[in-house]
Amino acid sequence: MAEKIATRHAYGEALTEAGSDPRIVALDADVSTCTMSCMFGEKYPERFYNVGIAESNMVGIAAGMAATGLIPFVHSFAMFTAGRAYDQIRNSVAYPGLNVKVVGTHAGLTVGEDGATHQCLEDIGLMRVIPGMVVICPCDGNETREAVRAIAKYEGPCYLRLGRLAVESVTDRPGYRFEIGKAVTLKEGSDATVIATGLMVQVALKAAEELEKENINVRVLDMHTIKPLDREAVLKAARETGAIVTAEEHNVLCGLGSAVCEAITEEYPVPVLKVGTMDTFGKSGNPLALMEKYGLTKENIIEKVKKGIALKND
Amino acid sequence: MDAQRVRELEKKAHELRVTGLKMVRCARSGHIGGAFSLSEIMAVLYFEKMNIRPEEPKWEDRDRFVLSKGHATVALYPTLALRGFFPVEDLKTFRRIDSYLSGHAEMTQVPGVDMSTGSLGQGLSAAVGMATAAKQLGKSYYTYAVIGDGELEEGQIWEACMYAGANKLDNLIVIVDSNKVQLDGTVEEVLDTGDLEAKFRSFGFNVFSINGHDVKQISDAIDEAKAAKGRPTAIIANTVKGKGVSFMENTCKWHGKTPCDEEFVLAFDELEKISKELEG
Repeated sequence: MAEKIATRHAYGEALTEAGSDPRIVALDADVSTCTMSCMFGEKYPERFYNVGIAESNMVGIAAGMAATGLIPFVHSFAMFTAGRAYDQIRNSVAYPGLNVKVVGTHAGLTVGEDGATHQCLEDIGLMRVIPGMVVICPCDGNETREAVRAIAKYEGPCYLRLGRLAVESVTDRPGYRFEIGKAVTLKEGSDATVIATGLMVQVALKAAEELEKENINVRVLDMHTIKPLDREAVLKAARETGAIVTAEEHNVLCGLGSAVCEAITEEYPVPVLKVGTMDTFGKSGNPLALMEKYGLTKENIIEKVKKGIALKND
Repeated sequence: MDAQRVRELEKKAHELRVTGLKMVRCARSGHIGGAFSLSEIMAVLYFEKMNIRPEEPKWEDRDRFVLSKGHATVALYPTLALRGFFPVEDLKTFRRIDSYLSGHAEMTQVPGVDMSTGSLGQGLSAAVGMATAAKQLGKSYYTYAVIGDGELEEGQIWEACMYAGANKLDNLIVIVDSNKVQLDGTVEEVLDTGDLEAKFRSFGFNVFSINGHDVKQISDAIDEAKAAKGRPTAIIANTVKGKGVSFMENTCKWHGKTPCDEEFVLAFDELEKISKELEG
């Protein structure tokens, strides 16, 4: 049985490991036992700041710390970092290009029972439209650890999107290498490509497995970095497979699917079909039932792949 | 501070107004009112109190300054130029498309600017971050933040104050440019911020109310702030928006408006009279 761990848990371990660099400080807005920044706080209490339920101030404090040479990681749910503190992230962090790492946990529908006010389905869009922002959404624990190591070394603002749900490990395998802005090909294929991010990577792999039984050979790209997007991998997929399906736990507007469209329409247009939430708010419910309700399923990916192949053959 | 030094700083503050007005005349754009209320404060900070090295703007042990009311570049840029951070000549390019002197304070382009500001309410949090970083890194520099009284309507200011008070940031000195006027009208008309002394005190600050155009009072308040340990300090500087030019004083009309040619002549005439008084 493959390791099943929530990306936020792997994150807590990885941040603590990164803490061997004394410039790294962690800030949280009273949700450290949920974001798992508490693990860093236990090991490095003198470099851990719980600022209270005040996300805007937290991001501003981080900007001032970064301007002084520290490397702050700020934490709350995606809704309250990317969402509530958008202006602070844009103007106090990204505009001056300060080295702040913004972490948004509990992103997407799979927060589950807490419902729509906590289910951020817009954060990828909000963060990727900010000039110079790096946007990363890892799919499993291993990739999260690699992402944390990479962004700790990278000089500049980053957004890291994490989930609440325990997910199966799919990247912990020989040959896997994480690089910011480089997609990972998890399965080769020539009939179509599924480009997925976050926990939709696992769903995409399951869909590809099913399609294999029908002799439909699908490539699966794990697009952990939404910005800067790996245009090369996207265009290669367009050229070599002729149809693309994107899959994300995010609004189909402004997310990964939109980023993929922006890349290919200018150079090599092919059909792109998007799996994501259809411009709607979520609701309370069991996380897996919510994924089913809002179409974040392997069945939906399979249907879209077949439709994409039909369109390219038209 | 002796009478001679007081007079020198008064002259410097006046020079900041004249230089600022010339800058706005070149740009045909800029915020005069809330810059002129700040002139004495900027003169005391940059020409008397702050531990800085204009030849080494990023010196890591320097005192930090955050202009949270980031539109007051008409006060900040002349201060930095006259203090030697960049050529005074460059002020002529203020707000131009090919200039590094942007409309609001910008840290990546302008030597001596410690934080980019402009979206009101955010600068104080950054100053809190700098003060916190000093404690983390074992550094003894002070962080100064200038905030507007209208800006106090932003909720984030009070988040930052709550944090600074609770964490006893005695290396943070907040100066409120209390000129009583914001863009749409007086602070009292738009959203009365009430008893500022009581508010800051309840957030855990030492509070001093002073005449923000009296250089000795500004200087003394900063000395007292540094002497007081275990608390951040808020200096409520009672000022006059548009100070120095009679028709610009105490009105929201000159928050961001550019004078016409005749108004520039009148304004420079008035400043010239003050120059003579200061020389005499």
